[in-house]
Amino acid sequence: MFTNNQQRMKQSEFLNVVLPFKDKLYRLAKRLLVSSEEAEDATQEILMKLWSKKNKIEGYKSAEAFAMTMTKNYCLDRLKSKQASNLKLVHSNYSDDSSSLQRQVEARDSIDWVQRIMEELPEQQKLVLQLRDVEQYDYEEIEALLDMKPTAIRVALSRARKTIREKLTEKHRYGIG
Amino acid sequence: MELDNIEKLLKKYFEATATVAEEETLRMYFLSDDVAPHLNQYTPMFQYFSKAKEERYTKKLPLPTKRNIYRWASVAAVALFMVGVYFNTRTSAVAGSLEEEYTAAEIASAQEAFTLLAMNFNKGTEQLYHLEEFEKSTKKFLIK
Repeated sequence: MFTNNQQRMKQSEFLNVVLPFKDKLYRLAKRLLVSSEEAEDATQEILMKLWSKKNKIEGYKSAEAFAMTMTKNYCLDRLKSKQASNLKLVHSNYSDDSSSLQRQVEARDSIDWVQRIMEELPEQQKLVLQLRDVEQYDYEEIEALLDMKPTAIRVALSRARKTIREKLTEKHRYGIG
Repeated sequence: MELDNIEKLLKKYFEATATVAEEETLRMYFLSDDVAPHLNQYTPMFQYFSKAKEERYTKKLPLPTKRNIYRWASVAAVALFMVGVYFNTRTSAVAGSLEEEYTAAEIASAQEAFTLLAMNFNKGTEQLYHLEEFEKSTKKFLIK
């Protein structure tokens, strides 16, 4: 009984630590894996891993940064193993030019269009843009999380933002949407 | 919001030299209703970013310890059940074939051994009467 209570205490403490940023983990996973089901599975996997390492979390300065780094690494590994085993997903077809017209028709809404443009960015740019423009992390946090130099982050971020701007104006010019 | 300032901030934004606070100013501007027409092309970007931030992880959080306890409990229960079934079938099989497995002489000698055991057991219980006597006398002593 005593041990059971103790376990429950720890579980609620763990939830108090994890709940504030679980959505951020999910959004990061979805940014990389695209499919929401895969992102949910990845998030669950990360939360289980965090639970098994719960005694170490307290030692970290920021549990959130630790969890975000774990999520990033986990998803990049998933993507790598998928490519290695030739299990290319449907969304990898997006780089194909023939499907681009279909894509334009699908993306009626220009907000959805931004999402499609982001899907085509290189992984590193996706990550930087997600962390900065969606989650509003400051540069120091992004540096630590992605293990990148400040200049590299700014270059990647600037490129990502300009690509979105370019593709958005392209779309405006063709008057679709 | 001054348009000049917004245009300046936009330039910084695309060069990735704006601070978090400056980017927040831009976000507020583009999420408002009065965006200048020539800047309207940027609105979807900021709208998408704020929309993306609203996504939630809706699945239930996994509670590993609880689940583990149930998992192991079910494993133990199944194992216990199997052991029970094994011994049950074994003993009933033996009882059914007692005459087939042993000769008459073997059974007779076993019965003889059991009677000997019973006799000696009874001898042992007879000795207990002495104890009863002892108890009687202690009771007397205690009552008085």
